[in-house]
Formats: sequence, C-alpha cells, structure tokens
Amino acid sequence: MSAPKYMMGRKVGMTHVFTDAGEQIPVTVITAGPCRISQVKNAESDGYFAVQVAYEPVREKVLSKPRNGHFKKAGIDSHRFLREVRLDEPAELEVGAEFKVDVFEPGDRVDVIGTVKGRGFQGTIRAHNFKGKRRTHGNMNQRGPGAIGMHSQPGEVLKGQRMATHWGDERATVRNLEVIEVDAENNSIVLRGAVPGARQGFVQIRAARACRARKES
Amino acid sequence: MDLIGDLQKKSLKETVPTFDVGDTVDVEVRIKEGEKERIQVFSGVVIAKKGGGVNATFTVRRIVQGEGVERVFPVHSPKVAEIRVKRRGRVRRAKLYYLRGRTGKAARIPERLPAAGSKANKGKGKASS
Repeated sequence: MSAPKYMMGRKVGMTHVFTDAGEQIPVTVITAGPCRISQVKNAESDGYFAVQVAYEPVREKVLSKPRNGHFKKAGIDSHRFLREVRLDEPAELEVGAEFKVDVFEPGDRVDVIGTVKGRGFQGTIRAHNFKGKRRTHGNMNQRGPGAIGMHSQPGEVLKGQRMATHWGDERATVRNLEVIEVDAENNSIVLRGAVPGARQGFVQIRAARACRARKES
Repeated sequence: MDLIGDLQKKSLKETVPTFDVGDTVDVEVRIKEGEKERIQVFSGVVIAKKGGGVNATFTVRRIVQGEGVERVFPVHSPKVAEIRVKRRGRVRRAKLYYLRGRTGKAARIPERLPAAGSKANKGKGKASS
C-alpha cells in the first residue's frame, strides 16, 4: 500500500452513461482530490497508525490561527478539510505528500460518506410515512399523527414514539458503489449509483469495508 | 470545468440520423443471445421524441398481430445500431399518442413529400416515394 485508499471531494451531479455492454446506468460524478498528508501518526507517539489528510486549499484568512499554524508545521498550504485515516501498518507517505483519485481504479468498490440534504422540520407524514387521516366526513385534522399512547396506564408517552422531527442534514454512508471511471488529470471520479447530499456537497470516499461479492450480471 | 458534460460526450453517438415524429423507421437493435450477437429490426412509426443529450429517447409504435406494440429506445444506446427512415410523415403534433386509440385506416399518416422550394422540407426531403 502506498497511498491510503481514501479521497475527499465534492459532488458534481448525476447523469447516465452507456456501458460497453450497451446498458444505460446511473452515475454520480465527483470532483475529488488532490489530497495532501498533513500529519502522520504512529504507535510510539499516538498509540496507533494513521495519516491526517487535507483537502481543498483555502486562503489563510478563512481558518483560525491555530489551524493555519498546524498547516505551517506540515509545510503545506492551508486546506479547508482535515480528516484522519486509520492504518494497520506504519504509513509509507511522509508529511506533505500529495495523492490523487487514482488511488482508486475502475471496478473497485467504495463507500461514500456525505451529508444528506436537509429537509427541515417535518411532520409525521413526510418524516415517518404516517398515513394521515381522511379528508372527508368532517375531519379537521388531516395530517396529525393520531393517538400517541394509551390511557392512565401507563399514563405517559412511550420512549421512541415517532413524532414530527427535523429530517436530513445528517451524515450518511452509501456502501459498495462501483467505480466506473477515474480521471486523475481532471481530479474526477465516476461512481455507479447515487451519493448522499446536494451538488457541491462535501463527500468522503473510502475503499468499501464490507465488500460482499456481488453477482456479476 | 464541465465534468458532467465531458462525461456525457463520451456516451453520445457521433452521428444520429435525422428523423422526426410521424416518420416510419426501421430500428436495428443489437441482441445478445449467449455469446452470439445478432441484429433484429423493429419497424414502426415514431410517435414521440423525448429528452436531450444522453437521455434522449424515442418511441416506436407498430401493430403486431393486431396488437399495438411500443418500444422506447435511447437514441444514443449502443444497442441501437442503426435508424433508417423509410417514409416521412406529415403530422401536426409533437406526440402522436392519439394513434393508440386507432387502428387501420384511422391510424394512417399522410406522407410528407419534398415540395420544391418548401422551407419545411429543405435538406430533409429525401422521401422514398
């Protein structure tokens, strides 16, 4: 292993492509990398092996002084995103090293971590697929949740009762996506299927963890 | 940089024959049977064109043994090997869904003939009369 099988990027959008077999498949285009190593952690000083990875250079003004100082120490430009990647063995890369999307190649399986689009505060119908009530026969409460508990026994609403709630804007992982195309020159990667979040949204790509063998169709 | 546009370009065919709604076409479809690949022709009337770029599709309708059959083809699919226009039709609608309720004489479409000097037929008027 040279560079970690890991990348940060931003979702560009979705489209279709045709495979060589003539199949039309949905794909997500992500602009990813290049990433740089900002810190190397090892067993002696930190108790475990890892590399800290930086993505997307920004003006120093954007970040706090301590954060800028951290990048100065590593000898690289200030970056917006910092993430740590755990390793099983000592890292082969040094601080300041750069790596690109070509850590992945077509056919690989990857997991993508992103932030789901925020839906705001939603009622039970949209948030939990409640059925709602009938519209006719004098009903004045069409979208309410209905009964949320019993009578004086138990005399309280049970924990976990689903109610109106804030929905979305949370971390989500989509597993086992197939890599269709990698273009290190343009820093882009094309994955089969959908990825959490809006266009321009920040995503992390890593080698798939639970890679069950898929039937080749 | 237009990453999506660049990616789509790779999936597009270089040339797509011009055909319009109302035309009668032969569509050559590549069909895989095990290892062998052969070409099957589906011919009928184009009743709709939808979408643009890689998503462009067209719908072909024909009558098979008294039963209406419609197939939707992606214009740029590698499985669509060839689109041959057999006859150009004169229609005044973009979608010919009204043909679905009709059979026989009522489902005819008049042929569009390349009238001399007519604007509508310029460059397209190669109808095989």
